[in-house]
Amino acid sequence: MEKEKKSMTGTKESADSVVTEKTKNTATYIPSVDISESKEQLIIFADIPGASENDVKVTLDNDILTIDARVTPETINGHKMTYREYGVGDYSRAFTINEVIDRDRIEAKIKDGVLRVVLPKAEAAKPKTIPITKG
Amino acid sequence: MLRTTRSLSGWNPWRDIDRLEHEMGNLVSGLGRSRSVQFPPINVFSSEDDVVITSEIPGIDPNDIDLSVTGDTLTIKGNRKPRELSEGQTWHRRERGTGSFYRSVTLPFNVDSKKVEADYTKGVLKITLPRADADKPKKITVKTV
Repeated sequence: MEKEKKSMTGTKESADSVVTEKTKNTATYIPSVDISESKEQLIIFADIPGASENDVKVTLDNDILTIDARVTPETINGHKMTYREYGVGDYSRAFTINEVIDRDRIEAKIKDGVLRVVLPKAEAAKPKTIPITKG
Repeated sequence: MLRTTRSLSGWNPWRDIDRLEHEMGNLVSGLGRSRSVQFPPINVFSSEDDVVITSEIPGIDPNDIDLSVTGDTLTIKGNRKPRELSEGQTWHRRERGTGSFYRSVTLPFNVDSKKVEADYTKGVLKITLPRADADKPKKITVKTV
């Protein structure tokens, strides 16, 4: 419950402390994620409000899965921003995947600002029970 | 459930201190999340005739958002439903918040509630709140006697 409350504050975490820097001086945020695992696959949900399918890049390089999204802050014609609780900018986050993933079947979808990445485990990585016969 | 009213009109020194504290907190705590902002977070854009409020509420069914306007108060209510695990699944991380939320915002003027428009795209809610005609300032011409 405590943890849920924490993330319900809606504050995006700044990713400015990462080692490499972008040449363009725009804010980058760490998206909140849910990750679940089953025998067959890993599923990652990431909150990246403001991003659409053309703004997102998901890459799996060796065992590093990277989620990058570019979001341009909105301006409204004839209006001035008078109050700000959240910043708008890019998203970036990377995970080390310990499982062997079937790279050809990775799926990524985005709906209502939530990215869903399905990483199916490779046959070799799926747990196998070896039948034991009497001998 | 959170219930707080925050005034958007005029200069409020506490707001600036709040924000400063919030930003300092983000810098100092590094990975820690600041807890001073309510869910859903809002940004406000103003002009003389209306106010546009944007709010990040990713992954919600728009039917689960309940908006209401009375006079100069906007209320945002909703419920972000948790994702259930299916058989044989386990969580590695659960950072995305779920549950019901409620917040009310005091606007700088009375709103013509019939003309309020709201749309939800890419997980961002955008509400346009036009100022009520009766509330618009009247221009007074100064005559020379």
